[in-house]
Amino acid sequence: MSTTYLATEASNLAVEASGFFLENVWIIPAIMAASFVVILGFGKRMPRGGSEVGIAAVAVCFVLALLTAGQWIGQVNEAAACTPETCDYIVDEHHDAEADADEHHDAEADADEHHDAEADADEHHDAEADADEHHDEEGAFQVDTGVGSSDGESASALTAFTEAEEGSTAAAAKAVVSERTWWSNGGINFTVGTMVDGLTVTLLVVVTLVSLLVHIYSTDYVAGDRRFTHYFGFLSLFTAAMLFFVTSANVLQMIVGWELVGVCSFALIGHWWEEQPNSDAALKAFLTNRVGDIGLLIGMIVLFFASDEKWGIIEINAGAIEGTTSHTLLLIASLCLLAAVMSKSGQFFLHTWLPDAMAGPTPVSALIHAATMVVAGVYLIARLYGVFFHGLSIGGSSINALAVIGAVTTLVGASLAFVQDDIKKVLAYSTISQLGYMTLALGVGAWTAAVFHLTTHALFKACLFLGAGSVSHAVHSFDMKKDMGGMRKFMPTTYKTFLIGSIALAGLPPLAGFWSKDEILAGTGGWGFFEGESHANGAYTIMLVMGMITAAMTAAYMTRVMYLTFFGEFRGGHHDDAHHGDPHESGPRILWPLRILAGLAVVAGLMNLPKGFLGLPSGWTLRFEHYVEPLAATGYFPKISHADPSWSLAIFSTLVVASAVGVAYYYYFVRVNAQSPSATELVNGPTERSRLLKAGHTMLKNRYYLDHIYDGGEPVGAAGANAMGTIFGAAAGLTLGFSLDNGLNQPFWPSVMWGVILGLTIFTIVTAALRTGMGIASVVKQPMANAANWVHENVIDAAVDEVGKNSVKTADALYKYIDQGVIDGSVNAAGRGSQGAGGELRRWSTGKVQQYATVMFAGATLLAGLLIIVI
Amino acid sequence: MYLVQFLILSSVLFCIGVYGVLARRNAVLVLMSIELILNAVNINLIAFGAFNGAAIPAEVFALFIIAVAAAEVGVGLALVLTIYRNSKNIDLHQVDLLKG
Repeated sequence: MSTTYLATEASNLAVEASGFFLENVWIIPAIMAASFVVILGFGKRMPRGGSEVGIAAVAVCFVLALLTAGQWIGQVNEAAACTPETCDYIVDEHHDAEADADEHHDAEADADEHHDAEADADEHHDAEADADEHHDEEGAFQVDTGVGSSDGESASALTAFTEAEEGSTAAAAKAVVSERTWWSNGGINFTVGTMVDGLTVTLLVVVTLVSLLVHIYSTDYVAGDRRFTHYFGFLSLFTAAMLFFVTSANVLQMIVGWELVGVCSFALIGHWWEEQPNSDAALKAFLTNRVGDIGLLIGMIVLFFASDEKWGIIEINAGAIEGTTSHTLLLIASLCLLAAVMSKSGQFFLHTWLPDAMAGPTPVSALIHAATMVVAGVYLIARLYGVFFHGLSIGGSSINALAVIGAVTTLVGASLAFVQDDIKKVLAYSTISQLGYMTLALGVGAWTAAVFHLTTHALFKACLFLGAGSVSHAVHSFDMKKDMGGMRKFMPTTYKTFLIGSIALAGLPPLAGFWSKDEILAGTGGWGFFEGESHANGAYTIMLVMGMITAAMTAAYMTRVMYLTFFGEFRGGHHDDAHHGDPHESGPRILWPLRILAGLAVVAGLMNLPKGFLGLPSGWTLRFEHYVEPLAATGYFPKISHADPSWSLAIFSTLVVASAVGVAYYYYFVRVNAQSPSATELVNGPTERSRLLKAGHTMLKNRYYLDHIYDGGEPVGAAGANAMGTIFGAAAGLTLGFSLDNGLNQPFWPSVMWGVILGLTIFTIVTAALRTGMGIASVVKQPMANAANWVHENVIDAAVDEVGKNSVKTADALYKYIDQGVIDGSVNAAGRGSQGAGGELRRWSTGKVQQYATVMFAGATLLAGLLIIVI
Repeated sequence: MYLVQFLILSSVLFCIGVYGVLARRNAVLVLMSIELILNAVNINLIAFGAFNGAAIPAEVFALFIIAVAAAEVGVGLALVLTIYRNSKNIDLHQVDLLKG
């Protein structure tokens, strides 16, 4: 396979090998899958229980991911260097002659010469050309590579030219797709394959890096565990599933990867399943995800039919962008997929499984619930961005379902993180909040900001989770109030790395979180206070405000965590076990991953410095955007505009964060510490003095009553029930109303009406559920369970019983008549027949030659007579 | 000379041969009777050949049969000799080892 660029002179035919790693990226998940098999099969007999296999495999994958990323960067550079002056015409041998003729504006003479050369190729490839669906329809000069060999493989590293933004002609690197037909049915080709572009390589590097560090960390953290080998096996399978998911070339594969990730999550959360809460948490995670998976399946099926029976990501996106796909169907599909994202990526109101999932081992929390699995949902949106962008009409509006869900989630997550005593739960809610940020960014069209935040967040959140694990490894508890405090004296390295992670998460410059968070805030386009500042894709002012509040809350709760864990006086040591009273720094296998992640959390932000930052040349800024974001010319990515970086916004958000840190610092480090170094809250604090704050605190302690609403529980008072009903009703009503108005361009008043109707319905249901203490699940669950049981007993079981009884009867009859009568009978008859015949014939065998001769002559005479008669 | 005369002669020879094969107990005599049958056939062949003018001379077949008969008698006598050595007897009624 080779990329063929035809340069200005027809004779000067440059052939360049396109990336081996870009085309054969399937190797990476395959290695991890093989590692899973090897560990499960032989791990127990290995000296280190299989962990060495996992670490070796993930290390190889990390190197391969870096090589893939390197080749991708090379591809982008090559495309960028390939301007019309240097190679103005690149042949797409799948293209029709007319299409080509339309497309080149210059170099007509060259074109003619090429046509001759091309004609042959076209004849050979006509059939394939028809099947080949990803040739660019709109890109001005289209371009390509050779078609696959006849075995059905086709890989393309396409480069498209277009009259790009800012009037200049730029080239875009297209995704490298390598596909093979899996099976065909009814004229539809089901393919398996890989698709590699900037987004894919980003995820490849992030997943393998975090996974590698988590593997190393785990060898110490779960050392001596009774299911050590099993644990490493599932880490491998999880990594394989995630890598398979991010390299998928079509949505079918994405569904498979998505479910695999869910299964691994289930297995790892329930790693210590002997304790009831852990296995409950695993079940909750799995079942909550199933709710969203229904949305995923429906959404994908709708997309399949909406996009003219295509499974390919590129084709689906291209259809959405070109407008050939029905807009209504796109909206339905993106709302269904949004449900899947809500469950997988922990978005309000299906996020309730994520904090419970902290029951799993801490490295798993770092790997799955911070850095990789939960970003599967975000990745899904980013991958199918054409669908979401056009389905939800993201460009040019000021509100849509995605942005609302994201914004609500950031706030909900950040507020809940305040009242947790368990250090991992703080981080879990913080993750929910940050995932909300990413969804919010995607919802407002700030695609690059979302993916960039995904990357930086993976680094610093993994650092924080692993840091929390390090602390708990020392004190054998996650409870900050009971068992921690003053840890910085015992664990200086953990303290430093945790501090760096916290600052990065809080978003103070110049650490990673600042750059990505600020890009999201700028991307909302809501910062239009000053003259000449642009609204990027729309004016999402509400989202900006909510994001800003979240930034302040994030800074404050991380300050709280820092105080409760690392400052004040050590409160542990009250257990009988003497070991607990003597916290100690963790070993090198725990500390080195922390150091590496903390280092990356410091510098990761430099990957995407804003344009014109400190007068840096363009080769230094926006690198992440340059290499990761597909250009609209590729045909599978919508044309989005980027927010201008704003000094005023950056300074304002930094001030907000700094003042939030200041307030929390004053409360904990000054007031609480003054009361007593071992205190965790003020004795007569604000929540005890103000009824309003107390009510809020109660609501947060009960996690917005979400579990009450789902499962039932103690009846909640009228005030709380009304408050929650209002929040839910308003969110649902606003989302539906604005979706109808903006997304489907319905008239304003009917949209309002439907929004109000849905809002009131949700309000009624939620309020009723909370007041009666009967959850939606328990109201729905009981009758459904009864009905299901009835069906089970009277239909399924009865059918099975009936089938069983009839089988027995039939078998009896078969035995009696067929087996004994016919088959055995015929065999016996044959035996008896032979015996009788033998007995009869024996008498003829006298041994007397002359008797034989007599018979022979008699026979001959008879035959002779017969011959005479007949003739 | 008529063909029928040769045919009568050969059929008489044949019948004598068949009688000898079926009725005599002495193995050597049985072999000799077989010779008679073969020679009856030879006469038949040559007679038909002479009277009908076959494309291939009938004598070829006759000579062929004579040669085969010589071989057959050689084998047959060798068998008889072996039987005699084993049982001091060449009465075919006594040689019934193949009796079922």
